[in-house]
Amino acid sequence: MDWDWTYTGDILPDLLDGLRLTVTATVLGYLIAVVLGLVWTLLRRTPSRVVNGAVRWITEFIRSTPLLVQLFFIYYVLPTWGITLGALTAGIIGLGLHYSTYTAEVYRGGIADVPRGQWEAAVALNLPRPRVWFDVILPQAVRRVLPTLGNYLIAMFKDSPLLLAINVTELLAAAYKAGSHSLRFLEPITLVGVLFVLVSVVSSILVRLLETRTHATD
Amino acid sequence: MTDVLDAYPQLLKGAWITVQLTLLGSALALVLALAFGLAGTARSAWVRALNRVYVEFFRGTATLVLMYWFFYALPLVGLRFTPMFAAVLSLGLNIGAYGAEVVRGSVRAVPRAQYEAAVALNLTPAQRMRRVILPQAVALMLPPFGNLVIELMKGSAIVSLITIGDLTFRAKQIQNSTGETLWTYVAILVLYFVIAQVLQLLVRLAERRVDRILGRRPGRARRRARAVAAEVGG
Repeated sequence: MDWDWTYTGDILPDLLDGLRLTVTATVLGYLIAVVLGLVWTLLRRTPSRVVNGAVRWITEFIRSTPLLVQLFFIYYVLPTWGITLGALTAGIIGLGLHYSTYTAEVYRGGIADVPRGQWEAAVALNLPRPRVWFDVILPQAVRRVLPTLGNYLIAMFKDSPLLLAINVTELLAAAYKAGSHSLRFLEPITLVGVLFVLVSVVSSILVRLLETRTHATD
Repeated sequence: MTDVLDAYPQLLKGAWITVQLTLLGSALALVLALAFGLAGTARSAWVRALNRVYVEFFRGTATLVLMYWFFYALPLVGLRFTPMFAAVLSLGLNIGAYGAEVVRGSVRAVPRAQYEAAVALNLTPAQRMRRVILPQAVALMLPPFGNLVIELMKGSAIVSLITIGDLTFRAKQIQNSTGETLWTYVAILVLYFVIAQVLQLLVRLAERRVDRILGRRPGRARRRARAVAAEVGG
């Protein structure tokens, strides 16, 4: 079977529609991951041992079980509790929740890297607790870990095809649909692969640039 | 809940396939990681380029896309894989690319003086790699490898989408036959968690063993090293 360029042109609009959903899911999921990850990290630093231990086990559990199963859980189990979510919403929440446990580790590392003197200075200046976190510690910690956070955006983008399992017509699902109409899978799936490699390679170059810049400002 | 527990033979069968996929995929990934990772430390620019192409390409593709490609697209050009083979191949190729970066980084992290000492002792390049550099690099590789094995195990859940009867696949079957959505998913999430914890434990044991072999912890090896040093010094 040879590569058919006219067919490739025909399915391209469908694939781009799919790509739009993929990007939406990735970006919104990432927003959840970035915020929720910070929440996990801050909760782990509360003095309460119960909260600390609970958060530790919850994040460990989410991190070491497959995203696909978590998506099924959100999509099939939550409705039995009366919470019905659309497929895309469930996908976004799943992606965000799963990756929040990774970003939590990233933040933790970044906060641990902030020199002790910064904490001591903040105490000496008698700064209130919220100001210590939001004006002294976090700005320094987050700047250090920006490239790592960027890498997780790429990783999330590459996990977004899993959303096809809960009926989101993202890029790969769109390609599969196009292929099953004509029974030609070679062009659509190859195209998806190429799109993924292109986006990931370009974005990892961007992350590397970001990395050199962060090192330069240090 | 009892319906789900009654289906335990199915769950165990699924878990066994997940474990098989993890082992086979890790074996393939390890071979690829070593081959391409060492290629990344080679002197020849061409060999290093080979490493870059492999790593950038397979780190860049989504495993599921790769698996679909092997399973749906390649048969159309005459290459037909069994689902299991397509699954192991795509998991191994993907994790192998991450592993190659780990191998390359670890080999380069071995102190320069170790190379120089090996050269001064007139070891052949093969001896230098096998007896001096690799044993030390392995100690650095193990913790990231442990994370990668768990990533692979988690990633293997997607094989259910190309009709392999792994844990996730069985869950959907049990969900359909019993209607117990909640307990089915709770059961397999817990099973996945247990598998991950066991893998983590094994990696930690391996780390301890390698550390002991290298004499990095106070053990027999280090005491012997000190005794040798005392004799030579004295």
